[in-house]
Amino acid sequence: MTTTTATPYRSTQAAARDGFLRLLHGEWTKFRTVRGWVVGMVTAALVTVAVGLLGAAGSSISCSGPHGGKCDHSVPKGPGGQEIRDAMTLVHRPLTGDGSITVRITSLTGRYPEGGRQPADGDPGATMLSGVQPWAKAGVIVKDGTKQGSAYAAVALTGAHGVRMQDDFTHDVAGIPGGVSAASPRWLRLTRAGDTLTGYDSADGTHWHTIGTARLAGLPETVQAGLFTTSPEYVVTSNSLGGSSSNGAPSRATAVFDSVDLHGKAGAAWAADVLGGGGPDAPGAADLGYRQAGGTYTLTGSGDVAPEVPGRGSPAKTVENSLIGVFAGLVVVTVVATMFVTAEYRRGLIRTTLTASPRRGRVLAAKAVVIGAVSFLTGLVAAAAAVLVVGAVERSKGFPTYPTPFATSVRVVVGTAALFAVTAVLALALGTVLRRSAGAVTAVVVAIVLPYILAVAAVLPAGPSRWLTRLTPAAAFAVEQSVHQYAQVAADYTPADGYFPLAPWAGLGVLCAYAAAVVATAAVLLRRRDA
Amino acid sequence: MEATIEVSGLRKRFGPTPALDGMTFTVAPGQITGFVGPNGAGKSTTMRVILGLDAADEGTALIGGLRYRALRNPLSHVGALLDAGALQPSRSARGHLLWLAHSQGLSARRVDEVVEYAGLASAARRKAGGFSLGMRQRLGIAAALLGDPPVLIMDEPFNGMDPEGIVWMRGLLRSLAAEGRAVLVSSHLMSELQDTAQHLVVVGRGKVIADTSVADLIAAASGDRVTLRTTARTQAMTVLAQAGAVVAATGAETLTVSGMDSQSVASLLGRADVPFSEIGAHRASLEEAYMELTRDAVEFKAGGTR
Repeated sequence: MTTTTATPYRSTQAAARDGFLRLLHGEWTKFRTVRGWVVGMVTAALVTVAVGLLGAAGSSISCSGPHGGKCDHSVPKGPGGQEIRDAMTLVHRPLTGDGSITVRITSLTGRYPEGGRQPADGDPGATMLSGVQPWAKAGVIVKDGTKQGSAYAAVALTGAHGVRMQDDFTHDVAGIPGGVSAASPRWLRLTRAGDTLTGYDSADGTHWHTIGTARLAGLPETVQAGLFTTSPEYVVTSNSLGGSSSNGAPSRATAVFDSVDLHGKAGAAWAADVLGGGGPDAPGAADLGYRQAGGTYTLTGSGDVAPEVPGRGSPAKTVENSLIGVFAGLVVVTVVATMFVTAEYRRGLIRTTLTASPRRGRVLAAKAVVIGAVSFLTGLVAAAAAVLVVGAVERSKGFPTYPTPFATSVRVVVGTAALFAVTAVLALALGTVLRRSAGAVTAVVVAIVLPYILAVAAVLPAGPSRWLTRLTPAAAFAVEQSVHQYAQVAADYTPADGYFPLAPWAGLGVLCAYAAAVVATAAVLLRRRDA
Repeated sequence: MEATIEVSGLRKRFGPTPALDGMTFTVAPGQITGFVGPNGAGKSTTMRVILGLDAADEGTALIGGLRYRALRNPLSHVGALLDAGALQPSRSARGHLLWLAHSQGLSARRVDEVVEYAGLASAARRKAGGFSLGMRQRLGIAAALLGDPPVLIMDEPFNGMDPEGIVWMRGLLRSLAAEGRAVLVSSHLMSELQDTAQHLVVVGRGKVIADTSVADLIAAASGDRVTLRTTARTQAMTVLAQAGAVVAATGAETLTVSGMDSQSVASLLGRADVPFSEIGAHRASLEEAYMELTRDAVEFKAGGTR
């Protein structure tokens, strides 16, 4: 303006081409020049970690080991490094090289503690009821020694899920369905060829059906082959509006085998082992073991050969335990993201913004990108710090931790960052629709944080909790789930136990769908309404 | 781009109340156009429609022949100061200008230039929330000038300014117009525009009442009246009234005479031997002219009846 030009005046500041990047630059400058908002995002990250620490600090683990020393919470690990249960009654002989084992099962029965309560010591049968657990297993097994957690493949009849072929704790394939009786026995066979094991089943010992094959890489020349029986803990969970409580105690399964046929270079004598569960000397374990009468073998077992599934009751910590502060961080992010637009409406600054950038859809897009990116970064830092810091505190207090594969940890942390980002965009869009902070913040908190707390803090029973975490934007918390739900392990897979009804990214997708709908509404209204 | 604003046939209702009722005028470059009218006459609404903030039900508002929303880099075409209070209180003045500049692809150096130009250099890093209204007006001016636009639109820029600020603002507006820019300045007080605006668009009840140069407006309002200064007021009134003139006392020693030119008044008084010290054509103030024009357009007057 210092140069005097002839009429008409021409701007000396004719800038470069109009572009979205400039709009982004403007909105980013707008964000960073309000210290309260920057502090708000830092606070969101700190709150996320702090609430996580509060959770870790508030819980403690103490017990005395068998000899008065520190108790051992370590859980056996499977070949893949995952935590497993490996407890059974095993009758076995060494087998060198290729071979096969075939049996016939004529009976599978069981007993379980009434109400899931441990029977009194010295009277183990007092309150035991008759009945076999659905996932009680009896069958043939080839295992890399008798150490807990060693590689194996097995073909087993289950209490209620027919014949299954399972290997290395996590893999499960279905065979012939249905149960067993003397009139309708089950024939099971497992063959070894190198490191490939193949499972078969048959209803008559003549017509065989292949269930599947398993490759146990690195299986040694000599393995243990034999019969096993096991029966998982009987757990009763009672649901009420105040949450749910559960009782659990060991159950028993007893299986009768005959026509045992072991092919190949096998050792001469059968050996019996009770794996896990403290052995036959443990209280209430006196009935575990096996009897042989002629060619008939009767095995009574207790325990499970399966992956460990963490839940409310387990002392061990998962990666998502470190992230319990995320909901608090989200509340702070919601406030900042909402104010990023409602502050403009409150002051009339939105008119300046729309005068500078008359294409309103692009203004909303630029704001969403900026607040989304800032929130993503905040969530990334918060989640990574929480996992590291809270995890370290938990370990220092002696909590066992479930090992999480690196890729899963990355998904949990990045997914949490995305949860922050999408929540922020939703809050921004709702702020644009409502033009008021209070209403928008309340709505977002009610939509995302409240259902999460109701479901995860076990305020509601499992059924409503599952629906809340399936239908509301709180479904997105599924992205934090590191634990895996196994069909072949009976457990309370509820949100309160850390299990969400939707897959991680599908859950986040629900939140994204809500956010997209509100963003679209905001774009229409922003274009249509007078500023 | 031609530095003009063309407003034609704007109509807009807020509920049952018509806010704009066929608003039509043009703002030419190189001069200050005063946009005057009582509160509620539609000045701010018209400006918001020009800037694409509000949509009119009918009519068009063009800047250099284009609708505002069609402008690219709008701040280098039009600078606007609508509401000096439209600031994030916790953001510094410089921060406010910086985001605006970045949204237009302008540099931080340009921000420093306008800060200097608006006389805000010492306050630029302070939070805008602590600014007086006068300082906010300066910040608004700095924001409007950021893109060095050929068209300027200012809603009540004198509001809250101290006398020194008003003098500064007048000088600034005059120099901006002298550079060839089209400058539209609204005010509900005509006196603020005295000696500032060259052209006036007077509005009331959503439409233009008068669209005229300041000189013409004053001439029209002055009519053929004569101002007379005399120590013998009663005597003069009698003589002039007897000759058929309408005489009004406007002060202890002044009379305003209409229906007679100054020569006739002078000779009449000379013949009747009435002493007078001064005689001349009456010159109305801008305020008077404005009051006359808007008498019928004021929506709510004391007393209620019109």
